[in-house]
Amino acid sequence: MKNKEPIILIVVVFFALLTYYLVEPYAHSVMHKHVESEGFSYADLPTIEKKGDATRGQELVMGAGACVGCHSIEVAGMPAAMEPQMAAASYGVNPPDLSNAGAIFDAKFLVDIIKNPAHALMVEHKFDAEKGQMHPMVPFYGAGGDIDQEIADMVAYLQSIAVKPEEVTPTMAFENACGRCHAVSYENWTQIGIKPSFKDKKDSLAFDIKLLEYQDSIKAYMGKLPPDLSMYIRSRGEHYINTFMENPQSQLEGTAMPRVGVTAESAEKVIEYLEDAGDTKRHEREEIGMNVMIYIVIFAIFAFLWKKQVWRDLH
Amino acid sequence: MAHFTKATSVKDWLNQRLAIEKVEKVMASEYWIPKNINFLWAMGMILVVTFVLLLVSGIFLLMYYVPTVDEAFDSVNYTIMREVDFGWLWRHVHGVAASVVFLIIYIHMFTGIYYGSYKKGREMIWISGMLLFVAFSAEAFSGYMLPWGQMSYWAGMVITNLFSGGSLHANFLVEWIRGDYVPAQAFLGRFFMLHVLLIPVAIMGLIGLHFAALRIPHVNNQDGGEIDFDVESKKYLDGDKAGSKVMRFANDFMSKDMMVVGIFLIFFFYLVFYNYGFAMDAVNFDPADGLKTPTHIYPEWYFLWSYEILRPFNIDLGLVLFGFAQVIFVFLPFIDRSPNSIPANRRGTAFKVWFWLMLSNMIVLTAMGKLPPEGMFSAIGLVSAILFIVQWLALPIITSMEKKV
Repeated sequence: MKNKEPIILIVVVFFALLTYYLVEPYAHSVMHKHVESEGFSYADLPTIEKKGDATRGQELVMGAGACVGCHSIEVAGMPAAMEPQMAAASYGVNPPDLSNAGAIFDAKFLVDIIKNPAHALMVEHKFDAEKGQMHPMVPFYGAGGDIDQEIADMVAYLQSIAVKPEEVTPTMAFENACGRCHAVSYENWTQIGIKPSFKDKKDSLAFDIKLLEYQDSIKAYMGKLPPDLSMYIRSRGEHYINTFMENPQSQLEGTAMPRVGVTAESAEKVIEYLEDAGDTKRHEREEIGMNVMIYIVIFAIFAFLWKKQVWRDLH
Repeated sequence: MAHFTKATSVKDWLNQRLAIEKVEKVMASEYWIPKNINFLWAMGMILVVTFVLLLVSGIFLLMYYVPTVDEAFDSVNYTIMREVDFGWLWRHVHGVAASVVFLIIYIHMFTGIYYGSYKKGREMIWISGMLLFVAFSAEAFSGYMLPWGQMSYWAGMVITNLFSGGSLHANFLVEWIRGDYVPAQAFLGRFFMLHVLLIPVAIMGLIGLHFAALRIPHVNNQDGGEIDFDVESKKYLDGDKAGSKVMRFANDFMSKDMMVVGIFLIFFFYLVFYNYGFAMDAVNFDPADGLKTPTHIYPEWYFLWSYEILRPFNIDLGLVLFGFAQVIFVFLPFIDRSPNSIPANRRGTAFKVWFWLMLSNMIVLTAMGKLPPEGMFSAIGLVSAILFIVQWLALPIITSMEKKV
C-alpha cells in the first residue's frame, strides 16, 4: 500500500502554519500601528553649523547661561542644590544632573533644548508660551553674542566633561534618560534613586515619604504616574520601546512623555538595561536552548533507529 | 483468602500479589493495535507527554507562585523569572505546552472526524475525548488568570460576564462566580484552586475514562476496515508477525509513538527557547489594572473560533449560538447518520466537502476572532459564524443521504 504519511504531514503542517500566520504576524500587523525607526537621526532638528569651544562654553554654563541655577553638574563640583522631591515640587520633575548629558544625549537635541525646550522635547501641545503655558525649563535667550555660537560652545563644554560615549553604561543611560520619571522596581530603581537598605525603619519610611512626595509632583506634572518599566521589554518589545523613545508622539499621539533625545548608542544601552530587568535570563536561555536542542535531536535519532529495528519484523 | 506460596524471586513475589505479568500483557504486550495506521495515531502519546510536561512544570511553578492579587504578578515575573534557578524555563515550558497541547488536541479531533473514529462502538471514546477538551479549556482559562496581568484580568472580566445571560441580566450569577463585583482576591483564589486541584483531578479521571473507552472497540485504523483481533493476534503470537494485521502496543507501536514524540519534542523545545511569544501574550506582562482597559482584548488562539461565533451577533443570539458551538461537537456520533465508518475521502462528496469546509471555516473563525471586529473582518466573521451553524444543522441531512459503501 502507498505510504500516505508524507502527504498527511504536509496537510497538517500547512493548516498549522496558516493558522499561526493569521493569528500572530498578520493579526498583530493589523492591530498595531507600524512605526519605522529613523535610527535616532532627529531629522526634524536643525543641523549644527558652528563649532563649539568648550572653555567659552564653561563660562556660559556656569555664568550667563544660568544652567547651574537649576541643574547640578557633579563632575564639575556642582552638587544638587535641593533634594529631588524638593526640586520636583518646584519644577514638576527633578532637573537632570548634566555631568554625562554630553555623552548620552544627541548634540542636535542638546542645541535645540537649550534654545527651545518644548520644541526639542516635543511637548508643544502641553507648553504653548503664547497661551502662557511656560515650560519649566527657561530657554536660553543669548548672552549678547551670536546665540548659535554660544549654544554650540555650551554643548561642547557638556561633551568635554562627560564620559566617552563608549563608556556609557546601561544604568547610566537609563537613569539619565528615563529614571527621573519611571521606576523599575525589579532593579530596585525608584524615581529618586536606588533605595538603600536602612537599618532603622524610620529612615526607610522617611525615604518612602520623600519618594511619595516626588511621585505626587510628577503626577501633577505628567497627568499620571509614569509606569514602572520592569517588564516593558516583554510587554512592549524592543521595537516599540525604541521608536517610542525616539518620538513618543509617533506611537501615542498627545502623550505627556517628552522626547528624551538619546543617541542611538545610548538607546541601545537603555534597551539593555530593560532587558536586564525584564528578560534577565536571556543569555542562559540561549545557552541551555542549544544544549536541549542537541539532546532532543539525539533522542529523536535513537527513537527512529529503535522504531526501524522493531518494525523490521512487522512487514 | 488466596493461596500464597514461598516466592522464588522478586518477580514471583510481586506476581502473586499484583499479577504484574498479567497486567503487563493486558496493558502493553498483548494490547493489540492495527498495523494500518499512520503517525496521526501517535497524537495520543504526544498528548500524554505534553500533559506530563504541564504537570511537572506546574508543580515547580506552584512552589513559588503566590495566589494573591498583590503578589501574583511579581511572584511570576520577578520570583520565578529572575530569582528561582530555571524558574524561567519551567514557566516557558508550561506556557508553551499549554498552547501546543491545544494544537495537538485539534489535530487529534480532526483525525477522529476524518477517519470516522467516533462511530460503531467508539462513541464513548469521542464523548470522553470531548469532555477532556472541555476540561482542558477550563484548565487553560483558569491558568491564564494566575499571572494576574492585564489580559488575565480583562479576559476574566469578559468571560465571567457571559454568565449574566445577556438580556436575562443575571448579575447575581456573575457576582456569585467572581465572589465580588469585579475580578479580585476571591476570584483569583478560586481560579487558583480550580487550576491546581479540581480540574487537574478531573482531567486525570477523564484520561482514565478515555483509555478505558478504547479498550473494547479497539483503536480505529486508516482504512476503516473491521479487524478480527482474536484471529489476528493469534496469528501474531504463533510467529507470523509479518502476516498479522495487528501488532503489540509495546514495543511495536510504542517505538513508532516514541519516534513521533521525538520529532514533536524538537518542534516543542524550539518554541520554548526561540519562539515562545505566541503563547505568552505581551499584554499580559502589564500588571492587572481595573481602570485601564487594553485596546484589544482577545482570548488565546485556541478559543478564538468559538469567540467569533459569539461576537458577530447581538448578545442574546450570540450567547445561544456560542452555547451551541460549545456542546455540538460532543453529539457528533449521533448527528452523523451515515452507515459508513470509513475515512472522509471515501464517504462521498457531501461529507468530504463538509469536513474540509469545517476545518477551513474554523481557521477563518480563529483568524477573525483575533482581528478587530471592523469593516471586512466583521462581515467575514458573520458569514463564517453562520456557515459554522448551518454546517452542523446540515450534517444529519447530508449523512443520512449517504449511500453505504
